[in-house]
Amino acid sequence: MKKILVGLKRVVDYNVRVRVKSDGSGVDTDGVKMSINPFDEIALEEALRIRERGEASEVIVVSIGSTDAQQQLRTGLAMGADRAILVESADPLDPLRVARIFKSLVDRESIDLVILGKQAIDGDNNQIGQMLAAIWGRPQATFASNIEFSGDSAKVTREVDAGLETIEVDLPAVITVDLRLNEPRYVKLPDIMKAKKKPLDQLAAADLDAEPGPQIREVSFQPPAERQRGIMVDDVAGLVAALKDKGLA
Amino acid sequence: MSKILVIAEHDSSTLNPSTAKTVSCAATVDGADIDVLVMAASVGAIAAEAAQIESVARVLTIERKENEHAVAAILAPQIVALSGDYSHVFAPSTTFGKDLMPQVAALLGVNQISDIMLVTGSHAFQRPVYAGNAIVNVEAPPDHIVVATVRTASYPAAAANNSASIVSIDAGVDVPGHTRFVELQSGASDRPDLQTATKVVSGGRALASAENFDIIYKLADALGAAVGASRAAVDAGYVPNEMQVGQTGKIIAPDLYIAIGISGAIQHLTGIKDAGTIVAINKDEEAPIFEVADIGLVTDLFAAVPELTKALA
Ligand SMILES: Cc1cc2nc3c(=O)[nH]c(=O)nc-3n(C[C@H](O)[C@H](O)[C@H](O)COP(=O)(O)OP(=O)(O)OC[C@H]3O[C@@H](n4cnc5c(N)ncnc54)[C@H](O)[C@@H]3O)c2cc1C
Ligand SMILES: Nc1ncnc2c1ncn2[C@@H]1O[C@H](COP(=O)(O)O)[C@@H](O)[C@H]1O
Repeated sequence: MKKILVGLKRVVDYNVRVRVKSDGSGVDTDGVKMSINPFDEIALEEALRIRERGEASEVIVVSIGSTDAQQQLRTGLAMGADRAILVESADPLDPLRVARIFKSLVDRESIDLVILGKQAIDGDNNQIGQMLAAIWGRPQATFASNIEFSGDSAKVTREVDAGLETIEVDLPAVITVDLRLNEPRYVKLPDIMKAKKKPLDQLAAADLDAEPGPQIREVSFQPPAERQRGIMVDDVAGLVAALKDKGLA
Repeated sequence: MSKILVIAEHDSSTLNPSTAKTVSCAATVDGADIDVLVMAASVGAIAAEAAQIESVARVLTIERKENEHAVAAILAPQIVALSGDYSHVFAPSTTFGKDLMPQVAALLGVNQISDIMLVTGSHAFQRPVYAGNAIVNVEAPPDHIVVATVRTASYPAAAANNSASIVSIDAGVDVPGHTRFVELQSGASDRPDLQTATKVVSGGRALASAENFDIIYKLADALGAAVGASRAAVDAGYVPNEMQVGQTGKIIAPDLYIAIGISGAIQHLTGIKDAGTIVAINKDEEAPIFEVADIGLVTDLFAAVPELTKALA
């Protein structure tokens, strides 16, 4: 029976339109709504379904970051995860270090399957799962839209630019999920109460065997070039004329 | 001088245009000396195409049957084996490059830079974060190799006017067998490719069914355009996943983008920011898409789109 590890990153909610601070030092996150990275909810939902089908024994959620990420872990426990691990660090960690922390947890917990989001919607990096697979020396199946197990392998359908690619990977493995894998369940009030009793362990990032990588320095932030609002036309004839005007029709 | 290795993307027979775009980006690094690496089961035609790309010094090829399909765990160690000669390794930020390059970075013990949109120095780059709502200037440490993916919508394809030398390499590294290709299902069409088309027509949730999407295809055909879609249209099954435009779909930069029955969520807009002209057809005048559209038309699409197709035919 598989033991599954799921990463839950605390990120600015996808509905928030973030703004760059006027001094360019970063983006304004003061008082902004924070949530579980949407891809990670899908990852957790999938892990729960695998366990509910009897193909896994335990689902562990992990978040690496500030102590505030406890909120997201509690939500994950309320969704149905068995236990949670918070790997605490006051400062943001570089992706290679995050991947190494995952590797160290995989070893500690004898994990058979790691399910992550394909990307965190704050940094839009799309890296951690692939880095983990490389340093673990195990298969990866990124951008998954369907997962089926048979024995010690999994058949995974991946959303790639050309369409849908299916690959077969031996377990243990890392899977990163895309949007269409499933629709995550809603958390019900009684589950939130129950989740308060589930174990949430705290570790310090510094205590895990996970060196930082050479740092990519974020020197400054700037807002993107804005597009200007253009003209409105009254009807299709007006649209055709406007397109002809620009040499586009 | 910067020695840059560009990893070629291909479909086993032809080179993907993302490769020439990645070379364009590499060529903006000061004093760039650019090699392209082709890994395939049969490299001939692909290497010949790569040799034509402007600014390429050499095309390196590794031909072995394990390279028939792009499996990151198989390709990454071969790239790592060659990386000693290079200061930079670049690949396109397509699903191919996104899958592969973080493995290369991790094996080399460095962090990866995702989605370069501008080169501002040999180790300084701009990249988008937060669905493109912020741009960050990053600096990589000069004493380490730079491993990066390139946001292809930010670069034109380099011209095909070169005849670089082609060098066959024997990487001789062991590759794992734990990952096996099964099949690729792709909705092959004779319409232009979404990622390189100069004109794109996209439909959203408002189309309400796969059958209704037909009016989008007809308009696209009248314009010689590729067809795209919002996530909502893909999720609802009106069109296949490879047509999704946006933060988590394809990032495109056509000369003309026509958004039909698409509200203009930030995740969608981030995929079309670099389009030349954006046209929006939506019955809701408050729809956010109109804030970025160059030409807007408030109307019911089911009447307007067939009329437009007729007018353009
Ligand atoms: C993590 C994450 C990633 C995402 N990535 C993407 C992505 O890559 N790409 C993407 O597109 N979305 C993405 N989304 C989803 C995005 O937030 C929106 O939900 C989605 O873009 C909405 O699609 P839509 O505009 O087709 O639908 P809606 O928002 O429902 O808009 C439909 C529009 O059609 C108009 N309309 C209805 N009927 C008619 C009619 N008869 N005639 C004319 N107009 C009509 C309506 O006025 C409305 O504006 C992502 C979301 C998340 C959380
Ligand atoms: N700090 C973190 N804590 C928990 N999971 C994370 C963290 N960072 C990244 N992940 C996981 O890795 C995935 C990819 O993130 P990224 O490579 O940063 O885009 C996310 O969807 C998460 O599942």
